[in-house]
Amino acid sequence: MFNHPFTKRLFSSFLDLVPILAVVLFFQIVIIQQPIPNVAQLMGGTLLIILGLSVFIQGLEQSLFPIGETMAYAFARKGSLFWLLTFAFCLGFGTTVAEPALIAVTDEAARIASKGNIIEQSDAARENYALGLRITVALSVGFAILVGVLRILRGWPLFYLIIGGYCCVLVMTPFAPAEIIGIAYDSGGVTTSTITVPLVTALGVGLATAIKGRNPMIDGFGLIAFASLTPMIFVMAYGMLV
Amino acid sequence: MSEWLIHLARTLLETCRDMLPIAGIIIGFQLLVIRKPIVNPQKTLVGFVYVTLGIALFLEGLELALFPLGKLMATQLTTPEFLNISPDQVAIPWQAYKWIYVFAASIGFATTFAEPSLLAVAYKAEEISGGSIRSLGLRIAVSIGVAFGIALGTFRIVTGTELYFYIISGYVVVLIQTLFAPKMIIGLAYDSGGVTTSTVTVPLVTALGLGLAQAVPGRNPLIDGFGLIAFASLFPIITVLGYAQIAQWLNSRNLSSKQ
Repeated sequence: MFNHPFTKRLFSSFLDLVPILAVVLFFQIVIIQQPIPNVAQLMGGTLLIILGLSVFIQGLEQSLFPIGETMAYAFARKGSLFWLLTFAFCLGFGTTVAEPALIAVTDEAARIASKGNIIEQSDAARENYALGLRITVALSVGFAILVGVLRILRGWPLFYLIIGGYCCVLVMTPFAPAEIIGIAYDSGGVTTSTITVPLVTALGVGLATAIKGRNPMIDGFGLIAFASLTPMIFVMAYGMLV
Repeated sequence: MSEWLIHLARTLLETCRDMLPIAGIIIGFQLLVIRKPIVNPQKTLVGFVYVTLGIALFLEGLELALFPLGKLMATQLTTPEFLNISPDQVAIPWQAYKWIYVFAASIGFATTFAEPSLLAVAYKAEEISGGSIRSLGLRIAVSIGVAFGIALGTFRIVTGTELYFYIISGYVVVLIQTLFAPKMIIGLAYDSGGVTTSTVTVPLVTALGLGLAQAVPGRNPLIDGFGLIAFASLFPIITVLGYAQIAQWLNSRNLSSKQ
């Protein structure tokens, strides 16, 4: 029972949570000096988190990682650039457009834009703005994965593309409306969800393994980096145009 | 109890909805483009169910346990009473907020350490590098980066300095480090910037940023409340590159002392 792999996984998930519990308890008791509300709920929730984390990792090893890699191999063998790039774009766009964190951020952005008199102060205008922003970010992530996959195929150094992208961000920032900058910078961070990251990582590493002359360690990573960079550029451009 | 079950069912449904586009794309491309059966379809399917169920349970647990308490603490720590400032006071030295910085750093470290996306990437990196990159070492490096980033981000909100000044200086540091860092870590380091901020970190950090921007006189929550996530995505790149540089330096020193 105790040597079962899943028991070990549960234990390591528990260890992953220890820092959070320690921080929360320390600040609540020592600094804020308030009793902890709802101890039972806290403990029940913690158990759920531990269980969820363990089940998630089990599923990761069993589905998302292998499927990402086998698809990368299949595309590499098939040798069709068009379909691989289409797949890359769909994966980026499809996983981002419905991302709850992104929906929350774009709604917030629309509220800010309407308070700052950038758009009309009506619900319809706000909804339009939020939807436009969401599609912009999803397009940018699709574009990012596409370029990232192309980079792995061609073996371009990651460094130049990233630096080029950040130069773009630097040049655009002074010209973008002040209200959009914080949101643009933040939107880079929220696009990559817990389901997307393992799949995209496995895809990149799989491609870099399948293609001769690529090193999975040097070439395989970097897709997520693009997906965090391009939304900044696209969102600032959206802020300037709308 | 039944209320809670309904809530759990709703979370599960929402996770299924997030999973749908991904499943659709994979199945579509498998059937129409690759046209080869999936090896071990049953195991894969069960794996997808595990992923969905795992995320749903995880989110449910966060909602029950950590988010209410974490958000409550973020607001309590930023109340004028706790900070000991009167509302009409104009200039408050930045030192008055010392517990905010400590809280920001520790919550940044702790939440990043438990972030499932980071766990996935670190796991993959250890596997690919043949163990020369340790999953635990990488996660600690990233967590330190986020801790520092968020603490600096709260300092920025308190002092009201320009967001993009910090971000640009940060990227200049990254640029210089990239020139000297071992080549094999670069992609991973850049990726770790993006994975740090998802399920656990974002809601807590956003609550902290907005609460702080409301509490500090002269700050506009709409403009100053954002930007913490950007800090949390930038500094892990610096610490992971630094981690690789230190590891390389220690290795070469060991080698030269043996000779």
